[in-house]
Amino acid sequence: MKRRQFVKTSSSATVLGLMVAAGLIPQTAAAQSAYNKAAFESKSFADAVKAMGGAAPALSTDIVLNAPEIAENGNVVRIGASSANPAVTQIALLVEKNPFTLTALFDVLPGTDANFSTNVKMGQSSNVYAVAKIGDKYVYAVKEVKVTLGGCGG
Amino acid sequence: MADPMRIRAQAQGDKVTVRVLVSHEMESGQRRGADGKLVPAHFIQNISATHAGKTVMSAQWGPAVSKNPFVQFSFKGAKAGEKIEVNWVDSKGDTRKDEAVIA
Repeated sequence: MKRRQFVKTSSSATVLGLMVAAGLIPQTAAAQSAYNKAAFESKSFADAVKAMGGAAPALSTDIVLNAPEIAENGNVVRIGASSANPAVTQIALLVEKNPFTLTALFDVLPGTDANFSTNVKMGQSSNVYAVAKIGDKYVYAVKEVKVTLGGCGG
Repeated sequence: MADPMRIRAQAQGDKVTVRVLVSHEMESGQRRGADGKLVPAHFIQNISATHAGKTVMSAQWGPAVSKNPFVQFSFKGAKAGEKIEVNWVDSKGDTRKDEAVIA
């Protein structure tokens, strides 16, 4: 009897997880309070994308990264990313040479434009990546930003 | 509790562009204080915006987002005069909620 009940509850939990994964249940409710700690503690671009659930992102023009060529002050670097592809569900901003690569992760919700910008800190000159999740694929754009004065440690 | 956010939401056509300036230290955990010890990390982890009960922006942030963070986004389906609400949760569990009227 007890075993039966256990099987029942565990399988329903799995079904719920699968439904979220398959997109049957809107992910926004689940994603809102969640914080992807593993992704934010990754120390390289590849690891961060892996922790977000992607395997090998491809360079693509589906995502456009707006970043300055030279940033005078690494404390405040305006970085934006946008995509014209309506299937985008997530946009991430990553700074390669920061202690933790992943900086910001935006969910693209229905009715919201896939166009975000924010200010980030950069410890040193580095490649900046914008990663977009389109369906179950990940694509990225990259640009090198030269920093005159670092924003971390100081 | 932290200082209020500055929120500016502007309607243009069927789109509303929102700019938010949050007042937060965004301590990265990498910086050393005057005593030479690392200052513990304290930063906003989740930030979201809602309009008429619907979430229009939701993001997760790491410690590398600048001090007093700025964020810009735009969404469809709102009119001038309606309200938009922004709230955040930081790594110490502090929260703040502010609202603004769409212009």
